[in-house]
Amino acid sequence: MDTNQYLELFIDESKEHLQSINDRLLELESSPQDLAIVGEVFRSAHTLKGMAATMGFQDLANLTHKMENVLDGVRNQKIQVDSAILDVVFDSVDDLEAMVMDIADGRTGERDVDRVVTLLHAIESQEAAEEQDGATQSILQSNAAQEFEIDEFAATVLEQSHEQGLNNYVVSVSIRDDCLLKAARVYMVFEVFEAAGEVVQSSPAVEELENEQFDTTFQVLLVTSEESDDVKNKILNISEIDDVSIAMFDIRDYTQSQSANETASTIEREETPAALSQGNSKPQLPMEKQDKKGKQVANKTIRVNIDRLDVLMNLFEELVIDRGRLEQISNELDHNDLKDTVERMARVSGDLQSIILTMRMVPIEQVFNRFPRMVRQLSRDLDKEIDLQILGADTELDRTVIDEIGDPLVHLIRNALDHGIESPGKRAEKGKPTRGTLQLKAYHSGNSVFIEISDDGAGIHRERVIQKAISNRVISEEQAANLSDKQVYELIMESGFSTAETISDVSGRGVGLDVVKNTIESLGGRIGIDSDLNRGSVFSIQLPLTLSIISVMLVEVQDEKYAIPLSSIIETASVKKEDVMHAHNKKVIDFRGKVVPLVFLKEVFETPQTLEEPPYYSVVIARRGEKMAGFVVDSFIGQQEVVLKSLGDYLSGVFAISGATILGDGQVALIVDANTLIK
Amino acid sequence: MIEDSGTHVKVIVFQIKDEEYAVPVHQAGSIERVMPITRVPKTASFVEGVINLRGVVTPIIDLRKRFGLEGSKLDDTTRIIIVSMEEMDVGLIVDGANDVLDIAEEDIQPPPEVVGMVKEEYIRGVINSNQRLLILLNLENVLSQDEVKELHEVER
Repeated sequence: MDTNQYLELFIDESKEHLQSINDRLLELESSPQDLAIVGEVFRSAHTLKGMAATMGFQDLANLTHKMENVLDGVRNQKIQVDSAILDVVFDSVDDLEAMVMDIADGRTGERDVDRVVTLLHAIESQEAAEEQDGATQSILQSNAAQEFEIDEFAATVLEQSHEQGLNNYVVSVSIRDDCLLKAARVYMVFEVFEAAGEVVQSSPAVEELENEQFDTTFQVLLVTSEESDDVKNKILNISEIDDVSIAMFDIRDYTQSQSANETASTIEREETPAALSQGNSKPQLPMEKQDKKGKQVANKTIRVNIDRLDVLMNLFEELVIDRGRLEQISNELDHNDLKDTVERMARVSGDLQSIILTMRMVPIEQVFNRFPRMVRQLSRDLDKEIDLQILGADTELDRTVIDEIGDPLVHLIRNALDHGIESPGKRAEKGKPTRGTLQLKAYHSGNSVFIEISDDGAGIHRERVIQKAISNRVISEEQAANLSDKQVYELIMESGFSTAETISDVSGRGVGLDVVKNTIESLGGRIGIDSDLNRGSVFSIQLPLTLSIISVMLVEVQDEKYAIPLSSIIETASVKKEDVMHAHNKKVIDFRGKVVPLVFLKEVFETPQTLEEPPYYSVVIARRGEKMAGFVVDSFIGQQEVVLKSLGDYLSGVFAISGATILGDGQVALIVDANTLIK
Repeated sequence: MIEDSGTHVKVIVFQIKDEEYAVPVHQAGSIERVMPITRVPKTASFVEGVINLRGVVTPIIDLRKRFGLEGSKLDDTTRIIIVSMEEMDVGLIVDGANDVLDIAEEDIQPPPEVVGMVKEEYIRGVINSNQRLLILLNLENVLSQDEVKELHEVER
């Protein structure tokens, strides 16, 4: 089977299942008696295994299978959950994650997992002695007759065929539990039955079988002239069939024993989960169905490739441009019906616009939910007690931001755990509870989303930061004297600064907080620090809701329009020609006491000369870090929010241009990359 | 796709100066009339700029310049043929889109040794269709990234 087209889907779903396994396992750790959680973990693992097997990732399927065995033991209360066992399961989840990432990177997902497999096996074998698949099977067989509720009609058919010398069989078919297209297998099995004779009844009912509403085993009452072995062999020839057992069925025995066995069989059913799902399928199934339905309603989603949403968005923008034109025309024509229609269209398209925009929004949960696991592991490694609180996980932001924000947050959390929160002993000395608190909080405000990472740890020592900043030559002593607290704290995010005395395993990975700061600024966001000595610190990040819309200053250079991102603009100015000075053969101006070099955009962009030089220069003062430059343009058009578009692969890497946008008149304007123009 | 099916290739025929060229129809997305083109500074000379193609910023190449001829004069007959290469759309400015033809595979001949002004590597073959001579372009080479990048380097 060509599985390539499903690969993306497989990777996405695998990640989802692994995440849910992770979450549930953490829940399980805090309430080990809750077997419902184990059931959920088991189901996710089971689905994952099935998918991996179908896609041909055998290693992934095998390891999941091992993990599943352990979970099954837990589910059947044969294994007691403790943190040693959970550690092993977590480890195997890590391995599974690594395998999925490997597959996502286009490789085969192979990985050396011997250690984990051995550990899993060890856990499993402790309980394996009692577990006997065969035993389950025999119970099934002896009870097979009770699975059917035989109505009068079926009973008559069975009786008659018995009298005619035909064989009545109860056939129990088990499909391999990694079989993905169970309904198809069922269909093939029924083909064999129909060729051999007639199926009087099946358990579960045929419709349920067709809808795959059964576990792995189903039974039929078959009337046939063939011998049981022949039928059995024919069915075993179908692939993915695990086992077939055939027993004679006597309708008269059935009617007699039915009432007597009722009580006994219920007890057995409760004990064997396999029998549970097939056993009393009639009362059980509706409940299961309801359960599933309830979930689907709560989570009715469809996976859409973000590229398709981009296409939708592009087309929609075109529509908005045309809408503008229509509005203009209808105003000029002053025709009432036309005006009404255009107005209504404007309203509808406004609603459409907000829907399309929200379609790209995802809850920040997607990023946050990997942290509980991380914090658990880190607090163990560091020997600290941490209470992680997550607030506002349902805060939504654009997919483009979600993809970028994960790494900086990881860094900040590591930092808080490593440097912020003290060891339990130290906390006790300070009179604080031994358990430290780390809080992750997200919320909306205006057109931004705020994320705060706060801890109740040691806080930042002002004097020590200043000392270090001076010794690392981040600032001079004179500068240090005039800094506010906040400015001091923010020094720890300057490049060349690290507060860690010794490089630790956790946060000392060769990169400092300056990387975090850079990442966040490159996303158009800001990060600030507040701290209270011995009370804790707060890192607050402000991010735009989406990266695809940016604020720009539109300018004209000769006849061409360009957009300069507001994030890099300090202000605009008109400079008289006689105020321009020459320094080292370069034109510079004096801007608030600073010498700022001028960059003539028409020269940089080699714009065809069409306009006469005005007596003064229109200058956009831009900055890149501490450096500044004045971009000389011909005129300012104004500030505008624009949708950022790429120039495409063909024109990637054009000098001083970072992208393009489409203006209200449908024309393309280029976005100036101020960073490359400031040296 | 169409080529695989056997003997026929559907091509779009267009005009550049006095010659007729062809590209397989499956590589062509659409044919557009001339629309405002935004110049992109510091790119290869044959890169005319970018257009807004239904919300997608699409680069435009002047095929005349690409072939070393003098640049196109845009008029009513000028067309932009949008071609897709490796999921990247590029528009080609041509003097006119003339026809869509079914070409028998056997009518495609290897490029002759001397083909006048157009560099040979752009040509996949020559089609002789009822005394009409068409030059079948090799789009991969027309749009070759390497060459574009090289030009970038040189001009900087």
